Amino acid sequence: MRLLTHNMLSSNIKGVTNGFPLRIEVEKVVEKSVDFNPDFLKNMFAKIEYKALVEASRIMGYAELPDHAEPSMLESDDFLRKFHHALMELHLEEGTLVCPETGRKFPVNKGVPNMLLHEDEV
Amino acid sequence: MTSRPELKAPPEVFYNDEEARKYTSSSRIIEIQAQLSERALELLALPDDGVPKLLLDIGCGSGLSGETLTESGHQWIGFDISLSMLDVALEREAEGDLILGDMGQGLGVRPGVIDGAISISAVQWLCNADKSCHEPRKRLKSFFESLYRCLARGARAVFQVYPENLAQRELILGYAMRAGFAGGVVVDFPHSTKRRKEYLVLTCGPPSLSSATPKAKGEDEESCSDEESSGDEENQTVSISDRHRPRKKQKLNKKVKGREWVLRKKEQMRRKGNAVPLDTKYTARKRKAGF
Repeated sequence: MRLLTHNMLSSNIKGVTNGFPLRIEVEKVVEKSVDFNPDFLKNMFAKIEYKALVEASRIMGYAELPDHAEPSMLESDDFLRKFHHALMELHLEEGTLVCPETGRKFPVNKGVPNMLLHEDEV
Repeated sequence: MTSRPELKAPPEVFYNDEEARKYTSSSRIIEIQAQLSERALELLALPDDGVPKLLLDIGCGSGLSGETLTESGHQWIGFDISLSMLDVALEREAEGDLILGDMGQGLGVRPGVIDGAISISAVQWLCNADKSCHEPRKRLKSFFESLYRCLARGARAVFQVYPENLAQRELILGYAMRAGFAGGVVVDFPHSTKRRKEYLVLTCGPPSLSSATPKAKGEDEESCSDEESSGDEENQTVSISDRHRPRKKQKLNKKVKGREWVLRKKEQMRRKGNAVPLDTKYTARKRKAGF
């Protein structure tokens, strides 16, 4: 699961008001190379919760991403490459996603998070 | 007559390892899924600007439909309830991220971030009450509300569905509208039992030109020439443009047969060798009502 997807997911449990972002507990990170596409990155930048991305990338072991980002930084190829790497190339293979409000754990196996809710959580 | 899979078992049970493998190794199924996905992508009407979009593939299964999305250059996130199917998708190295989840529980995706959603042969599973805690209506509501929330303004959702009957289709459409979607149903090849396919085309946002129901395929099969294809004979699209006042299903009347058509038909008959009266200024003239 890439950080792009992690940035889109929020906890769906009944009663939770702010289920984003899900905390990451890492067991295994895999780096996969993905085609660099500046247009896509610029488009996504507006939708991404940048702070959550930075935190997540640090937990995954990548510290190159700057703490704050302005849209003007998208012109810099250097920033774009780091952004690309953090967003698209870091994969959580094994680990857990944790709901920030309830602490409920969603396991991640083979890169697939299990977001199935129990009957009482719906 | 093969029975519907939806009547056999819940999707996570029906699509077990054996079925998943069978499903994905059938070249016929692969081809059909590819066709359906391509058509769904077409109906999604994404802007042709070369910028990859972030799409959802709901009920992505073994990644067959996702492949079409990847081939078109887009990024996608897939949801499915069957781990067996997702395992096959992993084996086939699906490019999109996969999530094991139940669409009837809500998608759990942040508001306004998705550029489009497709679903191939999946949404009708929501209409089943497989567990005692399942209430299809609640699940449909959950699904459509969460989908509406996560789509960006003006984004579309295209679902190829196999509704069991009219009531099921109306049920699905009803909940889509209640969630705020506008749109309608496109039926390709409505007259062919084998080729008939239904697509729900839903738009997120105020109805506009772009949310007008797209034209279905295969209606022109029986018409005599290409010129008539814009005439919408026997149009089977159901338009719901105003979510507050759903229009009843309309079957458009056949376009009144003009002089052009009559002359063409007569020419055809002549070529066949029939005896046809000469074409005069009186041909296809409007007669008095009592004629």
